[in-house]
Amino acid sequence: MRNVFLFIRRHTNFLFFLVLQIIALSILFRYNKFHEAIFMNASTEITGRINEKYNTIEYYFQLKKTNESLLKENQRLRQLLKENYEAPDSAKRLIMDTVKVDSARSIVKYRILEAKVVNSTTASQTNYLTIHRGTDEGVRPNMGVISPQGIVGTVINVSSNFATVMSLLHRQYKVVVKLKNGGERGTVEWDGLSPLFVTLKDIPKSAKVAKGDSIVTSQTSSKFPAGILVGTVYEIVEDNTSNFYVLKIRPATNFFNIEYVYVIDNQQYDEQKKLEDSTRKTIQ
Amino acid sequence: MSELLKNSIRFVLFILVQVFILFKMPPLHRFITPYLYYLFVLWLPFSLSRSSLTFISFVFGLSLDFFSKTPGLHAAACTLIAYVRPFIIGLLISQEGADKNYISPSMVSMGWAPYATYVLVLTLLHHIYLVFLEWMSFGSFIYFAGKVIASTAVSLLLVLLTELLFYRKQKFRTNTI
Repeated sequence: MRNVFLFIRRHTNFLFFLVLQIIALSILFRYNKFHEAIFMNASTEITGRINEKYNTIEYYFQLKKTNESLLKENQRLRQLLKENYEAPDSAKRLIMDTVKVDSARSIVKYRILEAKVVNSTTASQTNYLTIHRGTDEGVRPNMGVISPQGIVGTVINVSSNFATVMSLLHRQYKVVVKLKNGGERGTVEWDGLSPLFVTLKDIPKSAKVAKGDSIVTSQTSSKFPAGILVGTVYEIVEDNTSNFYVLKIRPATNFFNIEYVYVIDNQQYDEQKKLEDSTRKTIQ
Repeated sequence: MSELLKNSIRFVLFILVQVFILFKMPPLHRFITPYLYYLFVLWLPFSLSRSSLTFISFVFGLSLDFFSKTPGLHAAACTLIAYVRPFIIGLLISQEGADKNYISPSMVSMGWAPYATYVLVLTLLHHIYLVFLEWMSFGSFIYFAGKVIASTAVSLLLVLLTELLFYRKQKFRTNTI
């Protein structure tokens, strides 16, 4: 026993170093696996406050671009108003398609929450955004996040007033998308090469693809409503050994000057998830 | 200004510079990530005990991690260089007792060439460990080697600029023992 104490005393520094290394590495690998760490909640709150202060300065320089992108979105939405559809011929009738309302319960599937981006990175291999909206304002992990132009990422960590979003430009991020024309589904991921391009895989070669085609979200990805723009095809990479296309996609979102995003709250997500989990259990 | 206050200010400044300037810069290439924050560890005083040196570096790395959302990554690399630091200083120090006569490692206290070696070795060690941890989750060997070399080159350039811009006066202290 005495020898054990002597050993500890002689190698205090090395043992202390080992303990700190183990702590650091265990946090690192646990975080990567489960995307959660209890103490990250408190730290998100603190770093969020500091980022917010910095953003008040940075925001000023982006005002013009932010304005333009919001204006463009407004214009697109205004185009959809019913007042725009009017025919000179009285034989044609305008029929308003109404949303079905069930008085007993709500049938709204997606609720949209706006949020300000207080921090975002594009330089690393694992990019995140911090948004100024947290559990107090109804944000939960696993919600999808979109910008006025296209999709941005998924919420992975929430504190009471801030949330961190794993960006599309993250090596571990994956999202199911489809071709707008054909409807074939594939997966978009980032290879870490350039923040200007992401890769789309698993589209069968039977599909018709051309440069400039739109890629939109699929309804199977339960985090996003169907049909939200992800990007456009920039290049079709030649690969004769495979039956699947590898497509280079230019993301619709400009990650360099993003200032406002919308968080998508799928109100039926929990129900769907529960059903799928219980199905998986019955099969096993 | 006392050493404690000076180092506390450095602690905050290095993190802010790394998070809000160097991490915000649009990347030149995917291999190049400019790191400068670890210079805080290299500039800590000689007089710190080895365990407190390791602990301060751990806390320093962890506070950077909270900003970059990679808990443990920079903390692990910082504790490693803090642990190795006393060995390297012991090997490189030229005059007998320079670590008693001066406060912290610099070009003046250690001499030009030993200080350059000291910075080079610790920078390389820091980057190798950091990129290695990143490489375990993704990437290829070319990514590993390329990123270590390119980032080390950029970091050394930044360290040189910092040393020239913020020249640290070091007084020679006698009767310290």
